[in-house]
Amino acid sequence: MRIKIRKTLIVLLSVFLLGFSLIGCASTSNSGANSSGTTGTQSQSSNLSGSISISGSSALYPLANNAATAFKKDNPDVSITVGGGGSGTGLNNVLAGTVDIGNSDVYATEKLAAAEAGKLVDHKVCLIGVAVIVNSDIAAKVNDLSTAQLTAIFSGKTTNWQDVGGPDEQITIVNRPSSSGTRALFVKWALGGQSDVEGDSSLQTDDSNALLATVGNTSGAIGYIAFSYLVNAGPGVAKVRIDGVDANYDNIYSNKYQIWGYEHMYTAGQPNAQTQAFLDYMTSKTMSTQAEIMGYGTISKLNAAAAASR
Amino acid sequence: MASRLRKWQTEYLGRTLVTAFGLFVVVLTLGILGFLGYKGSATFIDYGHSLTEFLISSKWSPGEAGQSGSIGSAVFIIGSLEVSSLALLLATPLSLAMAIFIAEVAPQRLSTTLRSVLEIFVGIPSVVYGWIGLAVLVPFIADLFHLNFGFSVLSAALVLALMICPTITSVATDSLAATPNEYREASYALGSTRWQMIWHVKLRAAIPGILTGVVLGLARAFGEALAVAMVIGQSNRFASSLLAPTNTLTAVITANMGNTTTGSEYNDVLWSMAALLLAISLLFILLIRVISRRGQAS
Amino acid sequence: MSKIDAGAGSQAGAQAAAGAGAAGSQKGARATSRTSAKVIDRIATGVFYVVAAFFILLLASITAYILYKGALAASPELLSFVGDGVGIQLFNTVYLVFLSLLVTMPVGIMTGLFMAEYAGSGFFVAITRTCIEALSSLPSIIVGLFGFLVFIQMTHSKWSLWAGSLSLAIINVPLIARTTEDAMRSVPRSYYDGSIALGASRWQTVTHVLLKASIPRIITGMILAAGRGFGEAAVLLYTSGMSSDVNFHDWNPLSPTSPLNPLRSADTLSVRIWSLKTEGIAANSQQIADLAAAILILLVFVFSLGSRALGRRLQKRMLSGN
Repeated sequence: MRIKIRKTLIVLLSVFLLGFSLIGCASTSNSGANSSGTTGTQSQSSNLSGSISISGSSALYPLANNAATAFKKDNPDVSITVGGGGSGTGLNNVLAGTVDIGNSDVYATEKLAAAEAGKLVDHKVCLIGVAVIVNSDIAAKVNDLSTAQLTAIFSGKTTNWQDVGGPDEQITIVNRPSSSGTRALFVKWALGGQSDVEGDSSLQTDDSNALLATVGNTSGAIGYIAFSYLVNAGPGVAKVRIDGVDANYDNIYSNKYQIWGYEHMYTAGQPNAQTQAFLDYMTSKTMSTQAEIMGYGTISKLNAAAAASR
Repeated sequence: MASRLRKWQTEYLGRTLVTAFGLFVVVLTLGILGFLGYKGSATFIDYGHSLTEFLISSKWSPGEAGQSGSIGSAVFIIGSLEVSSLALLLATPLSLAMAIFIAEVAPQRLSTTLRSVLEIFVGIPSVVYGWIGLAVLVPFIADLFHLNFGFSVLSAALVLALMICPTITSVATDSLAATPNEYREASYALGSTRWQMIWHVKLRAAIPGILTGVVLGLARAFGEALAVAMVIGQSNRFASSLLAPTNTLTAVITANMGNTTTGSEYNDVLWSMAALLLAISLLFILLIRVISRRGQAS
Repeated sequence: MSKIDAGAGSQAGAQAAAGAGAAGSQKGARATSRTSAKVIDRIATGVFYVVAAFFILLLASITAYILYKGALAASPELLSFVGDGVGIQLFNTVYLVFLSLLVTMPVGIMTGLFMAEYAGSGFFVAITRTCIEALSSLPSIIVGLFGFLVFIQMTHSKWSLWAGSLSLAIINVPLIARTTEDAMRSVPRSYYDGSIALGASRWQTVTHVLLKASIPRIITGMILAAGRGFGEAAVLLYTSGMSSDVNFHDWNPLSPTSPLNPLRSADTLSVRIWSLKTEGIAANSQQIADLAAAILILLVFVFSLGSRALGRRLQKRMLSGN
């Protein structure tokens, strides 16, 4: 019996050691495959190989993921991995060289010191609009807010829906964290840069889906969210017009609706062949159509005035 | 003679091996502590904030992209303490009762099943707890207390208590089961009832193990972010009551870590918070040990 | 030194037993207090049943809720290994936890052994123990970023299963070390003395007697550690990544898209749940997350039952072998 146990132990140990040596081999063969892939693609770009890794902005993550799957179908030899984690993660990772593309909701200069931001190359891939949403119990009476009313609500001066033509109900503000890209867009373009948005009864959620659920479950709640999350949102929340303008991409393209921003894909220096091909694919016609279905906007559709506004 | 020599060899080899591993883990632990201390100190060295501002002030607007702002974290510190202690107060008695039930009262078959069922709950991702809390508990609390919303210290503590119960129960059950059978027999032989046996004998003998469970539970409570973040409301103000929202250190760290970049003030202050969190939990663990030593001595 | 340590628990227990016996006999002297002791005993038993019933009901309703939501979402397409299916994540989860336990268990048990038997009982050990315990209170995201810095940034590599499992080990080694230490300390001192008296060396005693007697509790530690691995998202997000590019026809562990390659990026069930719940915008993302959660519950349950059975067999075999 005892010998049996000892045998088992020896077998286990050797499996363990074998595993380690395999890992050693795998790491060398892996890096070899990568480098040969890069050189191969430089000579003939039609037959891409190698790897692309992407991380960053959670707002852009669903689209990047979708694009990666589609791109992989056309280029089966390219291995793509996509991660989220937030705009800061994307910028950190691309600066550190651990990913090829870092996604961000905001310009790198808003997150990084100038010297670091200067090392990155910006590729604007699409637009994202931000809508103001309220709990559906408010929507029947309040479907339009002026910029002044919005600012008063988010700075905590207006605390009851009665003051803006709604029912006698307390206003509950639902924010995103102060480092969030969506919040930065909202503060800059809806509240005119006024940073004091911590109302007395404000709540906060880490992510957009939790925000949808929180606004949907809390009577008298108001929040803001990227258009992409509203495509398949349930009936608990409703969009609000700002100064009489509907929150949709047509109004963004024609420079009527102001709360929007570019989605950025940053690379450290000029990208390699497969990464460049992927970036081109992101702004291609096929992908733009898909992006619009998923709730993102197309940069080329902006009119001159709208493009000049940023 | 030869066998004795071999015996000495294995003895020596074994001791060296174990010591090497032990020291490795010790060094790793100290390394992580040092790393946290180093990262956390940047707030005070690079950005010149005072420790008092960090601990006492509640003005929170850290800067990004080389800018500097205010980093008062008092709200989050108090929030973490409130939520974790309340969760521990709720979870410990319940877990202990459950552990006694499994180890002493329940029939064999039931207790084996129960243990496996309990362990499922360690493996449920925090985000699932968070969503159940958001979808079921928060509206329930709002209805029960006629509130505008149910995001509150109480909701967070309840979710957290549920999350740490399995850990405490599992470790405590083991500890109870490991007390030698002679204690039980001696106690019964002296005419004590089952309850007396459990209360005076088993629990006392099992105290060190039970405390390990409590400490592990507390540690989990301090470190848990996702589930707490979803039900506490993440409001940057002190909770006026158990039914008011507030925020915790871990929730702030998790919410903003991914959105900020290395070297910015915002990012640095999050690392300072992590270091502080570790310091607080060290303090709590020492406190529990001191209390237990007093309890055992008496 | 350590002999005293090993015996300390049982001595305390023996005193407690004597104390209780004394209490019992004092009470036994008066008939009225004996009946009241019996009444208290009944009440206590009743309370335990009520508490247990409440707890079981609570756990059962949560389990039922998750399983029910999962069952609603189940479809052959989502259960597959291609496209939106969660098969890949199921494989990744099991593989990653396995890799992680491969590191965690030996290191954790050795450390536990060291703390219980060889480290002495001085100030240094007390400090170390406290540090190890405190380490498990770090938010997962901090451990994730630490792992990212050490295993990925410093080694100039990409997200990988290996980096994920090592980072997970940082969280779990303290847990295994503590449970092992506790288990070894609670082994009755007579085992130790008996073994030494029979001429066994200290190392033989520790590995053959104390460690074997501790197996059930170490198994508990392992199940808790694996559970943490099954449920962890924030640690893996930064170390093993959020997506996997896998070819299930390629089982050569050296190939970059092989499921077995420990250097590939991989998302586990709970990372997928996390990303769908927080960032998912597709119409069916909530359903996929619900299904993944239900599968995860079943996985943990099976794992827990399985490792307990294995632990019992292992102990039986080892004890009979000696």
